[in-house]
Amino acid sequence: MASGNRPLSPHLQVYRPQITSMLSILHRMTGVGLVGGALIFTYWISSATYGPEAFDRAQSILGSWFGRLVLLAVIFAFYFHLANGIRHLAWDAGWGYEMPTLRASGVVVLVFSTSVTILTFLAGYWAAGVI
Amino acid sequence: MELRSPLGRARGPGSAKEGGIGQWKAERLAAIALVPLTLWFMASAVFMVGADLVTFKEWAGAHGNPVLLILLTIALYHHAQMGLQVVIEDYVHHEGVVIISLVLVKLGAFFCAAYTIFSIVRLTF
Repeated sequence: MASGNRPLSPHLQVYRPQITSMLSILHRMTGVGLVGGALIFTYWISSATYGPEAFDRAQSILGSWFGRLVLLAVIFAFYFHLANGIRHLAWDAGWGYEMPTLRASGVVVLVFSTSVTILTFLAGYWAAGVI
Repeated sequence: MELRSPLGRARGPGSAKEGGIGQWKAERLAAIALVPLTLWFMASAVFMVGADLVTFKEWAGAHGNPVLLILLTIALYHHAQMGLQVVIEDYVHHEGVVIISLVLVKLGAFFCAAYTIFSIVRLTF
């Protein structure tokens, strides 16, 4: 921190995109984005303590087209960060470092997070009685 | 797979000493706790789409749900705060900005967690 000559974190643009590096930066980006999800969680829970009008307002903001778009992003970020986080825990345990395994587990994470995001949204529409 | 070199094993934990190991363990512990807690929350919250306050309070105040919500809040903001710390330490290169951001992130996380827990408790009355 004191010296200006210390090596910096990787400059992403100088590397050829690969599933390993792309998922690594996506893990960070979704993590930072999910802080917004945490704040939405706090807003949603706390709105209920201010009475029915405040809670209904929160529900209609989250249910508007913009609210649903934000929730779609948050929910995808959540499932991705969850699945890739489990991948990280597996690495911490010493498992899955071979290149074919690394790529395969990355694909599994992407397929899982995309499909479960769609399923969650369908479940939400079903719970709301839309479908 | 053994990833430590014989030299690394001989030198031990390095400059971070036991404190670095403690931080590493705290990061994993919160992450592990969040796996079941967030999945439970997601499965429950889906049924609150379009719900009114009565339905919401019935869920949020019932059975073990307030306890699970409080545990989720603690693990969530603890994890968020440690994650943001890593990102700030990696990408912010001005020492003063690093210190100020870390203080704001950590105090902000404490505030959000306390406010959320207070709200959850109020919902049970």
